[in-house]
Amino acid sequence: MNKVGERLYNGIVKENPTFVLMLGMCPTLAVTTSAMNGLGMGLTTMVVLALSNLIISLLRKIIPNRVRIPAFIVIIASFVTAVQLLLEAYIPALNKSLGVYIPLIVVNCIILGRAESYAYSNSPIPSLFDGLGMGLGFTVALTCIGAVRELLGAGELFGLGLLPESFEPVRIFGQAPGAFFVLAALVALQNYVKGIRKKAGKSYEKIGSGCGEDCAHCSDTSCGKRFYDTNAQTGGQEALGKEGK
Amino acid sequence: MSELYKVSSNPHIRSKVTISGLMLAVIIALMPAAGFGIYNFGSRALVVILVTVGSTVATEVLFGLYRKKMTVTDLSAVVTGLLLALNLPVTIPLWMAVLGGVFAILVVKLLFGGLGQNFMNPALGARCFLLLSFPGAMTAFDCDAYSGATPLAALKAGEQVNVLDMFTGRVSGTIGETSVLALLAGACLLLALGVIDLRIPGSYIATFTLFVILFGGRGTEPAYLAAQLSGGGLMLGAFFMATDYVTRPITVKGQYVFGVILGLLTGIFRIFGPGAEGVSYAIILGNLLVPLIEKYTKPKAFGYRKGGKRLEREK
Repeated sequence: MNKVGERLYNGIVKENPTFVLMLGMCPTLAVTTSAMNGLGMGLTTMVVLALSNLIISLLRKIIPNRVRIPAFIVIIASFVTAVQLLLEAYIPALNKSLGVYIPLIVVNCIILGRAESYAYSNSPIPSLFDGLGMGLGFTVALTCIGAVRELLGAGELFGLGLLPESFEPVRIFGQAPGAFFVLAALVALQNYVKGIRKKAGKSYEKIGSGCGEDCAHCSDTSCGKRFYDTNAQTGGQEALGKEGK
Repeated sequence: MSELYKVSSNPHIRSKVTISGLMLAVIIALMPAAGFGIYNFGSRALVVILVTVGSTVATEVLFGLYRKKMTVTDLSAVVTGLLLALNLPVTIPLWMAVLGGVFAILVVKLLFGGLGQNFMNPALGARCFLLLSFPGAMTAFDCDAYSGATPLAALKAGEQVNVLDMFTGRVSGTIGETSVLALLAGACLLLALGVIDLRIPGSYIATFTLFVILFGGRGTEPAYLAAQLSGGGLMLGAFFMATDYVTRPITVKGQYVFGVILGLLTGIFRIFGPGAEGVSYAIILGNLLVPLIEKYTKPKAFGYRKGGKRLEREK
């Protein structure tokens, strides 16, 4: 079954968390001052994302619906702590340059989003690869943003001076406003490329994330995977409608 | 006999004022300042002005060709280029001036939908872009004619400045900001033509003066006040940039509020900030507040009570 490849493709291209879903903007804008930082942040997030997806998927039948968010956070936070300790031990330079954004991975909305929308309602192996795909998509996006910003803002790429001496760095790209410019330009670029390829007959429709794609508008009220409190049957539909908005 | 009534959809009253007419008036009004800049700093100032205007116009033309909608004839690109050039130091490398021109037109104006849709003054947006990108080149005021700090920087350092020179403009600074005399001449022309009014510049300068008296540390000392008023880009900003039709509030009350906010911000940046100048940042920050100002100064419509409720019919 090619579920694995589909999940990877979905994470990197179709539902790229940065360029398409626009999730996790805080680390995206803050740490991408260089390609190396972007790559480090992306890979760290990917490890946490893949492992937490796997564990949450394994535990999905045990975690009660009502306390699933605290349960997710505990699982994610454990992995973040482990990853941070590993980074401190083996790559202290990266740990230092990413600073507070490593512990902040706990509240990264990509991770919680994938746990909620995919891992909690799918089997472990696709969930693992969903995490890997999303993480790779995040890594690619952050590395691209970091590379462009580093090249324009400091004239370097991965710390190597690529451009001639006469190049005057455009310092704004190393600062916060530059992150917005580069992100906007790259999103526009990928939309442009996708637009051209769509005309050529390629489909970029999102691949469904299992049955529980959109519980608010699902008619199957007896579904066991429902995210909302199914005990409150009276007036439940209205409440669901509100939550759906 | 029945008269023939022409029935047509609105607007019924048309004004003869056109965008290109307004822009032409602004260009003419900026000529004294540009001319004085060239006289003051030498022929390189002319080159910087021509290159900057050329880059803004070229950007507008190229984008117009791409979108098949030519907007360059409204002359707004020329005004943007001219204002940007007057905000640059004479020693700036020409490619930076070109980059600024492209940024002003393409990123600040056209990407947001063209003239009328830009939320920020394009020339000032580009100036701040260049100031953040090339802090060295943008504050290098040493040129053939002058060396050393601008009068405002000297004033901030506690040195003596010659106020008369600052008024006529024989000092260092960006190309168009030095001569208060030339700027005021242009501003008088715009006022006489009715292109701008005194609401924004008046409340801006008055608030700024009050702020300097209160917090400047030198009280009402006339020389200090005059130097603060004629130094830096205050006059250029107050009369030519803050009054930009697109990025100022539409409501009359809002325009006074806008001026007061600009005055406060400029005072804060100049006196408490690390740099000596703050007009450009004050104006673009003010531009961002415009939607909010307009929301809270919405005038009462005829037949409505305050808050938008309809008046009840009298019984």
